Amino acid sequence: MALLAIEGLSVGFAREGRFARVIPDLTYSVEAGETLGIVGESGSGKSVHALALLGLLPQPPGRILGGRAVFDGHDLLAMPEARLRDLRGGRIGMIFQDPMTALNPVLTIGRQIAEPLIRHKAMSMRQALDRATDLLALVGIRDGARRLSQYPHEFSGGMRQRVMIAIAISCEPALLIADEPTTALDVTVQGQILDLMAELRDRLRMTMVWITHDMGVVAGIADTIQVMYAGRIMERGPVNAVFASPRSAYTYGLLQSLPHGARPPGGRLMQIPGAPPDMFAPTPGDPFAPRNPFATPRCHREAPPLRAVEDSVAGHMVAAWYDLPRLLA
Amino acid sequence: MRAVWQALTRRSGWLGLFGATLLVVLVLLALFGPWLDLPDPTRTNLRARMVGPTITWFSLGAHPLGTDQLGRDILSRIVAGSRVTLMVAGAAVLLGGVLGTLLGLISGYFGGWVDRILMRLVDIQLALPLMLLALMVVAALGPSLRNLIGVLALVSWVRYARIVRGQVLAVREREFVQSARAIGASHSRIILRHILPNVLTPALVVATLELARVIVLEAGLSFLGLGIQPPDPSWGRMLADGRTYISSAWWIITFPGLALMLTVLAVNLLGDWLRDFFDPRLAVR
Amino acid sequence: MGRFLLSRLGDGIVAIWGVVTIVFVVSRLLGDPAILLLPVGATEEQLQALRAGLGLDRPIWEQYVTFLGGALRGDFGQSFQFMRPALSVVLERMPATMALAGSALLVGVVLGCVAGSMAALFRGTIVEGVVMLLALLGQATPVFWLGLLLILLFAVDLGLLPTGGYDGPMSLVLPALTLGTFTTASIARLLRSGMLDVMKDDHVRTARAKGLLPGTVFLWHIARNSLIPVVTMVGILAGELLGGSVVTETVFSWPGVGRLIVQAMEAKDFPVVQAGVMVIATIFVVINLFVDLLYGLLDPRIRARR
Repeated sequence: MALLAIEGLSVGFAREGRFARVIPDLTYSVEAGETLGIVGESGSGKSVHALALLGLLPQPPGRILGGRAVFDGHDLLAMPEARLRDLRGGRIGMIFQDPMTALNPVLTIGRQIAEPLIRHKAMSMRQALDRATDLLALVGIRDGARRLSQYPHEFSGGMRQRVMIAIAISCEPALLIADEPTTALDVTVQGQILDLMAELRDRLRMTMVWITHDMGVVAGIADTIQVMYAGRIMERGPVNAVFASPRSAYTYGLLQSLPHGARPPGGRLMQIPGAPPDMFAPTPGDPFAPRNPFATPRCHREAPPLRAVEDSVAGHMVAAWYDLPRLLA
Repeated sequence: MRAVWQALTRRSGWLGLFGATLLVVLVLLALFGPWLDLPDPTRTNLRARMVGPTITWFSLGAHPLGTDQLGRDILSRIVAGSRVTLMVAGAAVLLGGVLGTLLGLISGYFGGWVDRILMRLVDIQLALPLMLLALMVVAALGPSLRNLIGVLALVSWVRYARIVRGQVLAVREREFVQSARAIGASHSRIILRHILPNVLTPALVVATLELARVIVLEAGLSFLGLGIQPPDPSWGRMLADGRTYISSAWWIITFPGLALMLTVLAVNLLGDWLRDFFDPRLAVR
Repeated sequence: MGRFLLSRLGDGIVAIWGVVTIVFVVSRLLGDPAILLLPVGATEEQLQALRAGLGLDRPIWEQYVTFLGGALRGDFGQSFQFMRPALSVVLERMPATMALAGSALLVGVVLGCVAGSMAALFRGTIVEGVVMLLALLGQATPVFWLGLLLILLFAVDLGLLPTGGYDGPMSLVLPALTLGTFTTASIARLLRSGMLDVMKDDHVRTARAKGLLPGTVFLWHIARNSLIPVVTMVGILAGELLGGSVVTETVFSWPGVGRLIVQAMEAKDFPVVQAGVMVIATIFVVINLFVDLLYGLLDPRIRARR
């Protein structure tokens, strides 16, 4: 059963009198126990839609134009703010990109971990701090009892992200949304955080939505990959199938730019030419077409629908008018 | 120019524009006051003592804003007072600005013990409320126009010195200064040609903020009888004189105070806008 | 933290020493105190005797050392008007000034925080516009004019409150409001802009992502962080308050140190002026010491750097 089902989500942004539909019409679902990796460049709407789901999108300038997001049988977008608040930090946890700024610099770590426990689990401060010590141990921070009374500036970036994870999992959420949680960290620390989160996910049986711009990260942790561009899903499917045989030129480009991808020895890392689309001046057709060397005339005229890929595994879907394997062959 | 215009048309910019306009009007009024057809501000007329404002929607009347306890026309006195006020405040800000900028340049450029002593001096002066310092010095030197300007300049130099010094420290290590030093330019040349242009903008912002402070301080001193001396009309003095008649003639204290508030408001609005436009980091007062 | 406190204490002592020096220099600018002290027509012998008595015939540095020593012991000489030690005359007036400045500060901090928070919470609405307009006007209104206007309105026209004097809590209302207005306006403006900045910070989004109630988010994640610059501001505003109290006390015939200083100046009672200035400067330095302390308590990052 789908834990989270998004149908026809549409989000807009207003800036200096202009308006952009950064997410025109988004539909997908996440099964209970699944880890979905959402990949895309900045401006692809991957972070914006997650914030919109949880009512964290600053409005204005953002605006939710329509759609449903059914979590566990209830529409997040239709429920009153008070009920959404009960879910946030409780059954739905969220981790953000930059651990250096995501914690309040003037409150102790202990207090910041205790807050959701007091709010959602009706604990006293004493109980919450006890639990916070356990949580720190769970995310691999030793000497938790002492560190609870410290402040964020006394922690390194990786340690702060561990604290953020402790906060997000404190109430044992059913769904964890992680928005680029490793992007701001050193490569070695990235790996540690990735392993930690995979372990916690298995131990707490969490469903996870992992948002990133890095295909490599998705390969390590996700069951399903969903590639987004200009607020649309370009391709989606089981990680192995998509990596083995990408059907969207955009996915292909992202895979080519991976350092360990197939490329001639000594050859340069491939980069997708061109810039992300200007959402304030949308063009007709496939939004990726202007940057796509494989684009057909139809791509420039008409936006392709998301369809099942016939010669691949179930669940592998693509939005493209062209047949990539044939063009690459 | 384009950037200035764009900044002006932003929401906060309108306030700055309003302040600038108001200030220009006040300055014009002060400059051309003598040519306006107004009664002599110092002429007393005991038969027309404490006449209420005669201004209506249709006409000004003999004394638009009324007369004071000696029968002098309040509007003329306000206009005449604006000359004195703006002259004193302008001179003080200019003097304090030159002194403070100079000391700030020296302090920041040479560093070392000069810097330490000057900044200590700044700290000490900031430990004394401005009003008290001004009060003490005026009381010691005697209240004259020249002393007043001197005192006001003396209490305002510290802020320039602080900001300018900070700016110099930032500029000193930049390439163009380093290269000027490398080709053997003299200290005075480096300071005047390379550093001074970079500190003028923050100094200008401070000057605007200081102008408001100095105007209020001057009015306060005059109110206490230690500022501008009669027969020169001054807003602060008018308020002090009107105090006695507060229950019978409200207009004597109301209009000079209003003029004072509008002037300070205009300068503040302009200063805030300049600060936001040039350097939001100066926001710490 | 201890070392930091000690160094700040050192700065404070240096500042007070500096103020003593300024007072000394200014008092010697006065010309010959002996001429001022004696009635007109005093003989040259009388002047000489008095100069010797006051130590004015000794070298200037010796006079300075004597003055410094006196200041250290709290001895600023006898008040010419009251024929008592100047410091005790000043200290007698302290409670009135403390009551006035204290309540003005209270008014300013409470009203300023409420107004600033309202403006930030209701940004983009008429509430923000009205609060900010009032704050701009409040910052531009000179203390003494505001005092006169309040007297005109509440004492003369409405007859609700006394025009001045030092007689029970009702007489404190108008002076405290007058003196507190600038503080209120400054704090309101600073707090509003500080809060608007903090509201954009990532950690506020984290707090909301935890599902915290809006009140908790506001108090602990927005207000708590925005208070830090306000505390610094209070230190600066304390100077404005103490300076403004001189004028406010004069307007309301409030028997505090400020009015005493003005009166002593008119009467050329310099020991009282000096003692008064020293006392106020000392209070100012002490307040700023407290502000630094509070600053450290509020911001753990500063605490660590020390």
